[in-house]
Order: sequence, then structure tokens, then C-alpha cells
Amino acid sequence: MMFGDLTRNDKLLFLGFTIAALAMPLLAWPVGANYPDLLQKFAIYGIFAIGFNILFGLTGYLSFGHAAFLGVGSYAAVWMFKGVTMNVIPAVIFGVMVSGLFAALIGFVSLRRSGIYFSILTLAFAQMSYNLAYSVLTPITNGETGLQLRQDDARILDRMFVEQTEGLPSTNLFGLEMSGYPGFYFCCVLLIVAFFIALRIQRSPFGMMLRAIKTNQVRMNYTGFNTRPYALTAFIISGMYAGLAGSLLAVTDPLAGAERMQWTASGEVVLMTILGGAGTLVGPILGAGLIKYFENIFSSYNDSLLAESFSFLPDFLNDALVFVIGPFVGEGWSLLLGIVFMAIVIFLPGGLMEGLARIHGWYRGRGQGDAGRNVAKQAAE
Amino acid sequence: MTKINDRGVSRRSILKAGTALGAGAVIAPTFFVRNAWAEEFRNNPGNASSVKFGFNVPQTGAYADEGADELRAYELAVKHINGEGDGGMLNTMQPLSLKGDGVLGKKVEYVTGDTQTKSDAARASAKRMIEKDGVIMFSGGSSSGVAVAVQSLAQEMGVVFMCGLTHSNDTTGKDKRRYGFRHFFNAYMSGAALGPVLKETMGTERRAYHLTADYTWGWTQEESIKNTTEALGWQTVNAVRTPLGAGDFSQYITPVLNSGADVLVLNHYGKDMINSLTQAVQFGLRDKQVNGKDFQIVVPLYSRLMAQGAGANIKGIYGTTNWNWSLQDAGSQAFVKSFGQEYGFPPSQAAHTCYVQALLYADACARAGTFYPPEVIKALEDFEFDGMGNGPTLYRGADHQCFKDVLVVRGNENATSQFDLLEVVKEVPASQVTYDPSIFGGELGPYKV
Repeated sequence: MMFGDLTRNDKLLFLGFTIAALAMPLLAWPVGANYPDLLQKFAIYGIFAIGFNILFGLTGYLSFGHAAFLGVGSYAAVWMFKGVTMNVIPAVIFGVMVSGLFAALIGFVSLRRSGIYFSILTLAFAQMSYNLAYSVLTPITNGETGLQLRQDDARILDRMFVEQTEGLPSTNLFGLEMSGYPGFYFCCVLLIVAFFIALRIQRSPFGMMLRAIKTNQVRMNYTGFNTRPYALTAFIISGMYAGLAGSLLAVTDPLAGAERMQWTASGEVVLMTILGGAGTLVGPILGAGLIKYFENIFSSYNDSLLAESFSFLPDFLNDALVFVIGPFVGEGWSLLLGIVFMAIVIFLPGGLMEGLARIHGWYRGRGQGDAGRNVAKQAAE
Repeated sequence: MTKINDRGVSRRSILKAGTALGAGAVIAPTFFVRNAWAEEFRNNPGNASSVKFGFNVPQTGAYADEGADELRAYELAVKHINGEGDGGMLNTMQPLSLKGDGVLGKKVEYVTGDTQTKSDAARASAKRMIEKDGVIMFSGGSSSGVAVAVQSLAQEMGVVFMCGLTHSNDTTGKDKRRYGFRHFFNAYMSGAALGPVLKETMGTERRAYHLTADYTWGWTQEESIKNTTEALGWQTVNAVRTPLGAGDFSQYITPVLNSGADVLVLNHYGKDMINSLTQAVQFGLRDKQVNGKDFQIVVPLYSRLMAQGAGANIKGIYGTTNWNWSLQDAGSQAFVKSFGQEYGFPPSQAAHTCYVQALLYADACARAGTFYPPEVIKALEDFEFDGMGNGPTLYRGADHQCFKDVLVVRGNENATSQFDLLEVVKEVPASQVTYDPSIFGGELGPYKV
């Protein structure tokens, strides 16, 4: 039984998540994010963040080099497209496997240390991978230009079974092209599967063990548990999630570049997880969505577009608003993101999820009238 | 104070609500963005009164200066196409089908994006323009890596891409695409134009050392310059690849001193070139005598923005450029005049090529009488025009490369202003830099996607 031993709440959570994920194009419509490329990014970086959260949220090991697995997954997937077939299934499987292996290797070394030393080790490995991809491994990665498809790629299976067309072939799922909305729904289904697996891990004895590592690893060791295999497993699973996300990036856009492995990309997933709420199931996905939204939508605002948005205001107010907001959009979008991040970390240390929980608590408090609220307040204090 | 708190509204929650409202106000206009799907081709403007262009330029990173100048040029181009301002090159372009009332009676609007000089970010930004904003054409960029990546996206999506500043042979060589067009010159032409001048000034017995930006543009430029100089009889001592955006080049320059080379070729651009050249000069390379000759530095691809950054270090250094604001032909003058009036300083070569590209696309639509991409592409292919700087120009259909005069320049020894930094040594006619498109291979792909 897949769902049998989940509690009613978890079933509801999973059902709610599934509906929300599938209805994402509708949900994103009011904020102008309902175009395939951004929706795909929401789903893909959602997977990335869920995976990162399995390591960081549960075991407390802060990896600062997770983008390396994302990049490895992308390269592996693109090589599958180039060498074997444009069908996405082998590419995704290969991408996940290669990054899983890579994670096992890096995890084995890095997990000998914990805390800040672990973070620095992962950061060093990721930066090493980035530099390798950028220069030494150019024959495999095509350096700065990025790995791309070519007309004269081998594509062994495709050449045997599919008629060659003029122009580059596109990635497909048994003939269904993986760009636009079909691509989004493919990622979306995988996001739901990834969420389900994360849910099961979090609720399993294994998940309990991971949380115990976070709470007090020393005590675990003293009671006779060898924690390292658990941490390593979590690290590998997390790396495979990143590999899945990376190969999906290649599926929706068959190109892999070294910049995907840069430390800024590693930092981004940390931000996503903390922004949304580390250790929660849904939080990292919300954080991923928020960051990608900022990156794609706010970076596109320029002064003339802003002026247009406020054109209902009198001229001097319009100019003033454009002057004030202008530096925070367009090329300054990361400035705005920084402010939002600071505000959330200071006022909502538990991330967006804490915000939602507070709103939820506030509503309940109101429903029960003043008496109920006071009780809750006392209990909290 | 307690009164307010009793009602559950604190100062903080008011602040929060205020922030949310502010964010809402920015988001609000996107409610009304229509999804312009059409049957016959992507982003068909149909009966709409306007069309949208997308300008995708680096606003952050190593090429941000170029990007900012490109954006200025695009804004100017849109103004001129819509009949505002003094018309700029619309007064000099021959033949001209634009009437100064937009394109085919539709007003031109535009959206912008940041490529960050990263293939990923550039493609994401371009996809946003195509899928969300519904642009009919997009343009820009200041890196060949990005241009190549975005160009193949253009082919997949069926939306024309007019390259900005991209100098790699690959852009219109092995990575050329039916939906991508380049007005800028390339590394091969730089080599062909620079060769005779190098021979004149430095002779035929030289030993060259290359420092090369490690990506498609650097690779092809190194190859082209090597071919040219070796044909002159020069030897290539070594060619070292440096990562893009390295910042510190001292570890690459030190070995040059002891290599026995007497010419350093810097295949760098943007801030990289500013840094590597400055450091090479600081290391005293230019004061050295090697093999009984003065040590020389060559920067095959020059731009005024870079010259400004490198300051006095560029004096007397040779290179090539696509266009310079000091050109005296009517087209260049008209452009420099309207750009100067608008922004208060002369345009860079990046600005020029982007401005011209926007006009060429608009004009091709007007000539084709439609926005249908295959027809517009056919209108651009093998189009011959004049009056846009660089003399008579051909947009070759076989590889979508423009052929026009190439400028060989030298860092000005007695600059009269902070913009008068490059001195045009020679205008090499288009015929001397033209080559057979088959030497670089590649395939354009289909008209209809």
C-alpha cells in the first residue's frame, strides 16, 4: 500500500499539493507568471529545493555546493541526447544516476567533517567542478559556450528508428515535444513524485534518524548508532534530486553551461530553502518559486514600464514612485530580493511557512473569539 | 498602545500590509497582459495597433558597459522607427521602406531583459520575452557564447534574433541559424584586415604569444589571427587560454616575459581586455626589447568603451573595430548626432550595430509587407544597403553575415577628448575581407519551424 500508512493529514497535504501543482498555470496567472518557461523553472527548482531540504532541513548538514550536482545532471542528460536518443526518459535516468554517483563520491569525503567544515568542503568541491567544467574538461563540457546539440550528433537510437528532419530535433517523450506546456506538465508530475518521496522519507524511521542527527549527533554516537551511513544516504538522495532537477533543465532546454555549477547557484538553493522554511515539506518549494519569480519578472521591469504601471497617478507622484522603485527592479532585482530575504529572516525566522502558520493561527484565534485567543497567547508564553 | 494591540493590529502588521500593497501595485499591470497566440506563426500581431521588440542585453557582469550602450541605441532606434526624434539613419539609409510611422502602420513597443552574459540566463530571459511578452523579434547581447545559445533558441521558437555584438566566426559559421542575423564583423575579417597593417608596422619576422578568452569567440579569434600572422611568416610561440572574467592576469603575463616572444596578442574583450592590457603594460612589456625589436601588443578586437577603461595604456596599440563614431559618412554622422543629442556622448560600436540591426529588421518587415518570419528572413537575405556607416553593405544569404568595410585602428597618441581614443588607420574595403561561406561549415536550417 503506497498511501496506507500515511496519516489523514499527510494524505490531505499530498492531495492538496498535487492539485496545487497541476493547477499552477491558473494560480500563477494573477501575478503574470503563467508562461511555460517560468512554470517549468518553478517545478524544476522546486525539486531542487525539496532535495536540498532532505539534507539541510532534516540532518542540519548545510551543503554549499549543491549546484555541482545540478550541473552534472544537466551535462549527463545533454550527453544522452547527443549520443543516444532525444527521448527524455533515458536522459533523466542517466542524469539522476550520474549525479547520485558524484554525490556518493563527494559525500564520502565531505561527511567526515560536520558544521562549517562540511560546508566549506562542499563549497570547495563545487568550485572545483565548476572550474573543471569551465576549462580542463572543455572536450566534455564545451567550456563557457556550453554543451549544445548539433546536427551531426550521433543519436544512435534515433538514427535507427526515427526519420531525421531538417533542423535540430527537439527533446520528446515518445513523440510529445518537451517544450512549452507539455514540458511543464512532465516536470510537474516529477515534482509531485519527488514531493511524495520526500514526504515518505520525512515520516519514515529513516527520516527520524536524520532528524536525530540534526538534534544531537554526539548523543547518537554515544548510544551506539553509526550516523555516517545515514547522513551519506541523505546526501546521495539529495544529490540525486539535484541531478533530477538538472536533467529536467536539459529536457526543457537542451543546453548545459558551467555557470549552473557556480557558487552563486549553490547559494541560491540555500536561500530558497531558508526563505520558504527549512525542514518543512512545502516551504522550500515556495521559496524556489519566489526567487525564480523575482529573477524573471522583476528583472524585466524598466523605468518606462514602471511609469506605465503608475500612469493612473498624477505626473509628479508617478515620477517620484519610478524614482524610488526604479533601482529595485530591472538590473537591481537582486537588491529587492535581498531586502525581502532580510525581512523574512528577521521577522519570520521559520520562513514563509511560519508566516502561513501565523496567519492560520490568527484566523483560528479570531474564530474562537477573544477568549480562545487569550488562552492561545498564554499557552505560547 | 495597548488599545491598538487589543484589536490585533500592530505597527508591524501595518508595515507588512503596506509592503504587500506596494508589491501588488508593481505586479498589477501584468494582469492585463494578453496571451497573443495565433494560428499561423508565433506572436502574430494580427490586428493589434502595436508590435513588441525584445532587447536582451547584459546589464550585469563583464560586458555590462556594452549592454548599457546597446540599450540606449535600441531605445533610440524605436523612437526613430516610430517617427519621433530627428530620424537618425532613417534619413540616410538606402534603400528605405520605413515611413516613420512604426512598422507596417503598427507602433513599436519594447521590453528589456538581462542576459547576465550567461547562456542560461539569456535563454530564460529570451523565453520570457517570447512566451510572456509576445515579442515578434528580439535582439542584443555582447558575447558570442550567448549569441550562439540564444540563436538556436530563436530557431526552435521561430522568432527572428538580430545578433548584437558578437565577433566569433561560429555565430555565422558552424553555429549559424536561419533565424539569426549578424551585422557585426567577425574574427576572420579582423585577421584579414589586420594582416597587411601588421606586416607594414612590425615586419615579417615576429614571434607571437596569444592570451585567449576561453570560449567560442576567443577560440575563433585566436585561430583567425594565427592563420593571418603565420601567413606573414610570423611564428606562434604559445597560445594560453584564460577564463572569462578572470580579473587578475598577472599569472598569465609573467611567462610571456621569458618566452622569447616579441608580440603579445590579447584575444580579450570588455573588462578582461582592460585588465590584461593594463597589467601587461604595468609589467613593462612595452618597454622591452626582444630579439632586437620593440615588444608590441595587439588587441584584434577593439572598442571605444574598452579604450576608455584602459586609459593611456592603449596608446599606439593596433586593433580592428566594426565602427567608430569619428567616421565622416552621412549615416554615421546622422547617428552620432541624434545619439549625442539624446545622451550627451558619442555611441560605441556596440550601440551602432544594435541600432542598425533594429532598423534593418523593421525595414525588412516593411519590404516584405508582413511580419511572417520566413518572408522577413527572405527579405533580409542578400539585401544590399548603404548609408548606415561602413559603406555599401551586403547581408549575405548563405550565412546571414554582413559584409562591409572593416576599420583598422590604433590607440590615439594625442587624444583631444575622453572619447577621441581611437584613430582610424585604414578602412579596409569589404572585398578584401570577404570569404567563402563554406570554409566554416554549419547549416542554416529550415525557414518554417
